[in-house]
Amino acid sequence: MNPCKITLISFGQIEKPNLEIIARDVKRELQVQVEYKEGFIDMSQFFDPSRSQYDADQLIHLIDTEYASDTTKTIGLFTVDLFIEILTFIYGQAFLNGRSGIASSFRLNNERYGMNRNDRLTLKRFSKEIIHELGHTFGLIHCHTPGCVMMSSTYVEDIDLKSHQFCSNCKNELEMIFINNVKF
Amino acid sequence: MDTKITILIVDDEASVRDSLYQWFVEDGYQVDSAESAKEALVRLESKDFDIVLADIKMPGMDGLEMLRRIKSLEKNPIVIIMTAFATVDTAVQALKDGAYDYITKPFDPDELSHLIRNASKQITLAAENDLLKEKIVSLENVEDLIGNSEAMRHLMQEISSIAQSNSSVIITGESGTGKELIARAIHANSSRKFFPLIIVHCGALTESLLESELFGHEKGAFTGAVYNRKGRFEMADCGTIFLDEIATIPPKMQIELLRVLETKTFMRVGGNKEISSDFRVICATNRDLKSMVDKGLFREDLYYRLNVITINVPPLRERTEDIPLLVEYFIKKYCHSMNKPTITIDAKALKRLEEFSFPGNIRELENMIERAIVVGDGKKIRLNDLPIGKESENSPFESLNDVEKKHIQFILNKYNWNISTSAKVLKVDRVTLYNKIKKYHLSPNKNQ
Repeated sequence: MNPCKITLISFGQIEKPNLEIIARDVKRELQVQVEYKEGFIDMSQFFDPSRSQYDADQLIHLIDTEYASDTTKTIGLFTVDLFIEILTFIYGQAFLNGRSGIASSFRLNNERYGMNRNDRLTLKRFSKEIIHELGHTFGLIHCHTPGCVMMSSTYVEDIDLKSHQFCSNCKNELEMIFINNVKF
Repeated sequence: MDTKITILIVDDEASVRDSLYQWFVEDGYQVDSAESAKEALVRLESKDFDIVLADIKMPGMDGLEMLRRIKSLEKNPIVIIMTAFATVDTAVQALKDGAYDYITKPFDPDELSHLIRNASKQITLAAENDLLKEKIVSLENVEDLIGNSEAMRHLMQEISSIAQSNSSVIITGESGTGKELIARAIHANSSRKFFPLIIVHCGALTESLLESELFGHEKGAFTGAVYNRKGRFEMADCGTIFLDEIATIPPKMQIELLRVLETKTFMRVGGNKEISSDFRVICATNRDLKSMVDKGLFREDLYYRLNVITINVPPLRERTEDIPLLVEYFIKKYCHSMNKPTITIDAKALKRLEEFSFPGNIRELENMIERAIVVGDGKKIRLNDLPIGKESENSPFESLNDVEKKHIQFILNKYNWNISTSAKVLKVDRVTLYNKIKKYHLSPNKNQ
């Protein structure tokens, strides 16, 4: 087991069994102790009425200052539509080599794209995005290896094309990071 | 990414700079940011950036003005303009001023990724293009044209002045003198050097093949014409076409060729569309075209159309002083290609080469050196390593009597002085052989 811990905090209506599945996926891929809990934020203060979306930059800063610590990597999980000023939407974001990140399941549901609802697929996509953002918090950048979870995804189809796993290069890099005992 | 693309973000809003910074760093780019156009220009003076992503509206100098100033710099990064409210006017103005593209805030993540990926591809292609151009420019030195003789110096001068014109050239010279090399040198020194040099060995093709090769063909023009195919004249557009062994072109093709040279237009075999091509033509022959014209074997009008400039490449025997340089060049060339350390040639062997007439010219010399490197001891090329070495050990100018004496001695030794067998091999009777032995004072001990 690596000498670090991951905390997943749900700020939306994410059912406990789903949180358990996500935590299990994360633990399997990162071999790190994972804990999950529920949190509460008054989301109205992050809502931008002109865009009908939630400000991801403000949210990540809140997670970083209020919830994260130096001994754990913390990911805030949301179910709302996230944006940053320059982009129309984001699935998630994280501080590169930092201690926190956020991810949202809002745009991962098939129903948004005129297809039948598929909760299992949405959960799978969400797990991948969370692992992806965690990869960034460990210092990994986007990878071009097909199937690697660190591949950049700008469409949901891109997320389906990649797996939950890190490619061998990213794995080696993670190993090196763990060996060097990254500070939390 | 092997070499990281560097991006400079220019925006007065910190949140935009930070978001873009984070986005690009996660994508593996090297990123820097500036909060004003003025600051960006200072950064650009001290550091090379591949892409500048700049907001159009900034206090002080705006993005368009910055773009104009960047375009006047020696370094020329790709500039992408970001705008919050895209109007056709600003977009058109940005593109007119040399922006690579413009993007409206907020962007789609995919749009941004694609834009930067395409810009990166263009940068990589431009770098590859520069590298290739450098390689082509290095050909201008015509390194393969070796020689310091008066004849070669004159030839090189001729090439550099001829290269500047667009006139047709006929290169004459014996086989193996390097006519193709001269054509390459003319092309490499001309303004057409960045376009193709198309080489056609006319003698190697039958009449129908030559026609299809030169003019191309349409699908179904003849059995086997499964696809449309461009001809050599079409491929040589903006470049040079080199027609080697022009004298072998059959009469029907001579008429076609004349027409193409006059109009610079032609039709593919089986086609009905006129195609035009801007090419320069260089021909080569080892035959006397003028006498072929006199004998009616080559069209006079074509001859005069081609013969605007003539270059005669001298045979190697007329520039023997170039042989040491050529030998040195071929030794280096073949030792390198065979992965052997560079060797030398001993004085006797070099002298023999300088005395030889080389009917096959430089090609023959080149083959001799290649062979000598293969069969030699790997340290030095000696007389024995040369195919012209053995028969010349005593003197290169032997009389017929000397040759006869040596040959009879060789046969007698080979058959242990068995007169009957030796006479049979030499196809003379025994009496004649006895007479020759007597004449040349041959004995069983000699040269054993």
